Amino acid sequence: MAEEIATAVSAPQPASFATAPSRWRLGAGAEAVLVPAGAFAVALLLFGIFVALAGVNPLAVYGYMVQGAAGSWFSVQNTLTRAAPLLLTGLCTALPAQLGLMIIGGEGAFVIGGLAAALAGVALRDATPLVAQLAMAAAGIAAGGLWIASAGALRYWRGVNETISSLLLNYIAIAILNQLVEGAFRDPASLNKPSSPSIGDVHMIGSIPGTEVHWGLVIGVVFCGLAYLLIRHTTIGFGARIAGGNIRAARMVGLSIGKLVVLICFLGGAAAGLAGMIEIAAVQERASADIVTGYGYSGILVAFLARHNPLAIIPVAILLGGISASGGLLQRHLGLPDAATVVLQGMIFVCILASDAIYGRIPWLQGAGARA
Amino acid sequence: MTIEAIGWWSVPLAVLGGAVRVSTPFLFVSLGECITEKAGRINLGLEGTLVMGAMSGYAVSYFSNSPWLGVLAAGGVGILMGLLHGSICSLQRVNDIAVGIALMLFGVGLADYLGKPFIQPAAPQLPSINFAWWSHSPQLQEALKINELFLVGVALAPFLVWAFRTTRWGLILRIVGESADAARALGYPVTAVRVLATCAGGFLAGIGGSFLSLYYPGAWSERISSGQGITAVALVIFARWNPKLCFYASLLFGGAGALGPSLQSVGIHGGYYLFNAAPYILTLAIMIATCSPKRTLIGAPAELSITK
Repeated sequence: MAEEIATAVSAPQPASFATAPSRWRLGAGAEAVLVPAGAFAVALLLFGIFVALAGVNPLAVYGYMVQGAAGSWFSVQNTLTRAAPLLLTGLCTALPAQLGLMIIGGEGAFVIGGLAAALAGVALRDATPLVAQLAMAAAGIAAGGLWIASAGALRYWRGVNETISSLLLNYIAIAILNQLVEGAFRDPASLNKPSSPSIGDVHMIGSIPGTEVHWGLVIGVVFCGLAYLLIRHTTIGFGARIAGGNIRAARMVGLSIGKLVVLICFLGGAAAGLAGMIEIAAVQERASADIVTGYGYSGILVAFLARHNPLAIIPVAILLGGISASGGLLQRHLGLPDAATVVLQGMIFVCILASDAIYGRIPWLQGAGARA
Repeated sequence: MTIEAIGWWSVPLAVLGGAVRVSTPFLFVSLGECITEKAGRINLGLEGTLVMGAMSGYAVSYFSNSPWLGVLAAGGVGILMGLLHGSICSLQRVNDIAVGIALMLFGVGLADYLGKPFIQPAAPQLPSINFAWWSHSPQLQEALKINELFLVGVALAPFLVWAFRTTRWGLILRIVGESADAARALGYPVTAVRVLATCAGGFLAGIGGSFLSLYYPGAWSERISSGQGITAVALVIFARWNPKLCFYASLLFGGAGALGPSLQSVGIHGGYYLFNAAPYILTLAIMIATCSPKRTLIGAPAELSITK
């Protein structure tokens, strides 16, 4: 990744080549865990000061957060249910980041994927459940994938900044959703709250046996694993990382950057689109303005917190799922607005980015020879 | 002109009036972003600044009974947000686009959190000047009721053109944005200039936000801005970092934003949501038409990460 290359370049030459590399690698591994963890702790501290200024006891806030995220079997299930979509929307930012692209269109891909899945599900109401579910997943993947692939294609062939275009695509996706569920795709029976017809109860994907958590969690974990294999152990992933590290070197060794950009962006969007499909098929049963959940935006934070490593997304998504799961408890017991967890997420995000500055600068994390 | 004669003219008239009304936040945010980007930094967090400005402007206007004090407070909050962005980006290896994304989410969340108590009460609104005193047509009266803050923005655009071109401050700003090395060699503090430019950008974006809550739509709510801040950032690219072009582009975007409501007012309801998305679609279309992968954009500050 770009950061690794930057670190390797900026670190001074080790004094002894025989011993330093292994130590350096060990230090870098510890650094990759300790620096984000430290930034996370600083954000929690800042949030504590923030609520203390509002007259709320920070220790009570931390206590309720732990209780709301992991205090009971119910809260654990709540945490995991909220983590499930974040696993996939996190990939929407993390995969293109391998190429050095900063995509923030997860929300749009989530919405458009959910909408496409609902269209497919309603069209196949009379099919067998498996056929309908597979068609819905395919529709969600294709719609979300094409949505983000278009941002990648615009970047490569037209030079349009992908961050801005993918954000604009979010608003366009939401407009399309609202237009359809209030117009052509509206269930006439939905009077107060416009929504699409139901995909049918029998076509819903159920919960993991013995829990209330839907299968989206398993799908998300599997996809994070597959994404890790793709990035670390295939030529496509290798090419993407080279292009992300040094685009000129990648051109010189003959990589077709355009294809890589479109493919990786498609896969990222496909993950978010699949999350939208799961939202329809496991939670909401029909498309409405309710599928604009904010999971896409939280996914950006998940990816950055995981330093765009697909495997690291799994624990990070569960952590953030826990934070958002504790929001209800904070509201009920301490009277904090439901936006409190969003404020905390924003603080974590800012601290994580600021922590980029200290990589390679803490002597005891660099090994003995690396930094005097 | 009589009332009967106006007929279907009411649609372009409403679009025109809407353009003036809706364009003000676009104008302030884009002028602010123009200052920031001239110094070689991009601040995508202005979306968050806009919402924070809307919330704090409304709250201060409510408590002080003075909308202009609210505008000032919104600008002050904008400076703080700019300072946060500017100082974090001054750390080594920190990416300004990523920090912008973070501050966008943070600003929207924080405004939502702090603004909860101000959703219900009504705050005093900004005054406007009626330029159609000579006419009896209510549509014309509506279209030519122009807010004073808009006029400030109109005056600000040519002022910035002049300031960038001829003043000492403008030259320093442009040197820093074109070549940090050259600026350093001349003895100018690059980082300090950039932080100041980001603060100035935040100030204007905050003021733009106060217009949202204190004039149009004229009340504080959580979803008061849906991407106007980010659209305005894209608009600066389209306007080639020229404040005068920012003004025309803002009018264009304002007109696009006013299209949906004005069609609805004459009874055309089909495609309401799609017409509301017109500014985003327009932004995307313009960016596709004007950007190119082969050359850097004309007028782009050379230090800007977005064009490298």
